[in-house]
Amino acid sequence: MRRRIRFKWGRYRAVVFKELLQIRRDPASLGIAAVMPVLMLLLFGYAVNTDVDHLPAAVWDQDKSFQSRELVRRLTNSGYFDQRYQVEGYAALQRLMDAGEIKVAVVIPPDYSKRLDTRRPADVQILVDGADPNAARTAVANAQLIVNHLAFERQQAWFAREGLNPVAQPLQAQVRVLYNPDMKSLFFNIPALIGLIMQNVISILTAFAIVRERERGTMEQLIVTPVRPGELILGKLTPYVGIGMFSFLLVLVTGIAWFGVPVRGSLLLLVVLSLLFLVTSLAIGILVSTVARTQLQAMQISFGFILPSVVLSGFIFPRETMPLFLQGLSGAIPLTYFLHILRGIFLKGVGAAELWKDILSLAGFALLFCAVAIMRFRKKLE
Amino acid sequence: MSRWAIRCDELTKRFGDRTAVDRVSLAIPRGTIFGFLGPNGSGKSTTIRMLCGVLTPTSGSGEVLGYDLLTEAEEIKQHIGYMSQKFSLYEELTAEENLSFYARIYGLSLERARRRKEELIALAGLAGREKQRAGSLSGGWKQRLALACALLHEPELLILDEPTAGVDPVSRRIFWDLIREFARRGVTVLVSTHYMDEAETCDQIGFIFFGKLLVTGTPGELKARTGLPSLDDVFIQLVNAQGHFSGQGGGQG
Repeated sequence: MRRRIRFKWGRYRAVVFKELLQIRRDPASLGIAAVMPVLMLLLFGYAVNTDVDHLPAAVWDQDKSFQSRELVRRLTNSGYFDQRYQVEGYAALQRLMDAGEIKVAVVIPPDYSKRLDTRRPADVQILVDGADPNAARTAVANAQLIVNHLAFERQQAWFAREGLNPVAQPLQAQVRVLYNPDMKSLFFNIPALIGLIMQNVISILTAFAIVRERERGTMEQLIVTPVRPGELILGKLTPYVGIGMFSFLLVLVTGIAWFGVPVRGSLLLLVVLSLLFLVTSLAIGILVSTVARTQLQAMQISFGFILPSVVLSGFIFPRETMPLFLQGLSGAIPLTYFLHILRGIFLKGVGAAELWKDILSLAGFALLFCAVAIMRFRKKLE
Repeated sequence: MSRWAIRCDELTKRFGDRTAVDRVSLAIPRGTIFGFLGPNGSGKSTTIRMLCGVLTPTSGSGEVLGYDLLTEAEEIKQHIGYMSQKFSLYEELTAEENLSFYARIYGLSLERARRRKEELIALAGLAGREKQRAGSLSGGWKQRLALACALLHEPELLILDEPTAGVDPVSRRIFWDLIREFARRGVTVLVSTHYMDEAETCDQIGFIFFGKLLVTGTPGELKARTGLPSLDDVFIQLVNAQGHFSGQGGGQG
């Protein structure tokens, strides 16, 4: 007859207490828990800024007139270009561009103002460093826009002087940007960062905590005690749920208070769904631990998981522009759905009615991963 | 209550196509010290792990303290104390914290835990080291702390897997004095070793080689049976009779 030994809170609490002691005495895991979120937050908050502005520029003004200075002023006032150098000759421009001192060069021909005054078309040459396509695209588009605008103004002035009515432009696009009107990449990145940080911190710490017991042989000792697998796993995970919620709140509060990211939707829904994602991340960690034999292996497997999830989840690159195959892969990553949820709640202010598909997918992953993790985690050594 | 602490029949463990333990049958009476001998990789640890419920046997059956090895593994764990050959306590925790942790895992009441900890600390000579981290204890102390943790819940059976491997002779002596003290109090002890001087003092010994249990008996019986002066000679003869001592089939400590 098989007598089941029931879940005992005493044993569960003993495991929790032991785990807390270990965490406190192991600066490495505490470091991952506390430093990694802050570091990533600062890194993505400040360094990984995909907004392109204040591009360093050099000007070769061969005209040196009121008109040419007006053009340069327009370019720099836009905020997209900073005039760093005033040079003479292409050689100087080339040197600066080669050295990476400037991204943009403006060449104004000697007859610039003369041609304008005599109403002949004038050319302004804009040279752009295309090595970074993102910066180059922004530079090209804005330089063209600024010059076109100036040209249009000039045209209107000519017409006015002739006594003609200023002509209206025949076609104009009325653009309004929704949700993130200033198009700040920070507003896009910080909410997603919450998901990424939670996934990484939680899954790595969890995997480490379990693999460490196996690696050091303490698991073998535990297996010969009456401790139940449920008590052991839950006891080991509880402190990391706490750490995970701490990381979550840290990034959340910093994002809102320091970086000024708005939360337009329900904060409660955000917290509830974050808990769901936390459980998913814990399950990922347990899964990693059932495969890995050493902490090094756990680290490698975790990175094998983290890298694709950074690239494919839509954290940096939009999912919609990926090839179909990669879109499919991206659909197999829980973070993809959580990022959608985070950005939806933060920026769009939408709720469960709009996000139900993502919520269901995430819940599905949580269930699946937990089921597989519990099935795979047995109280045997093999 | 059965007079056997351990009884197993044709216990076998295969890892892939390698047979680590081959049809081992054992009967260990309660209250005795049974010495499990054999060279490294002969299957001692694998047998011990099966008896503790750490590994599931590929085939065969057995009973430990009257509980079925296959279906009542968790019951067995309540009543045995186990010490693996590798130090397997928490190095970051102090000696006392390790003891407290296992006391709670074994479900000891606060009062009983306090009393047992005091007793064992005194008995194992750990007094004064309670607040020291387990990782910073030296070999002999570590072994005695591990033994203390395995004895907290007053197990009827103590299973020790090469407890004295790599421990200095003085600590080895102290450790064995402890084991004998517990045997005297009625605890059955199954201990694996490859020190012949330790084997000599066991009530019964079994010699395992390439996964097969070749012989069991008291040290005196084994020597008398072969007419050889020492256990060393007995086992060398047994190994030679097997006709090979190549490295094949080894592994698993």
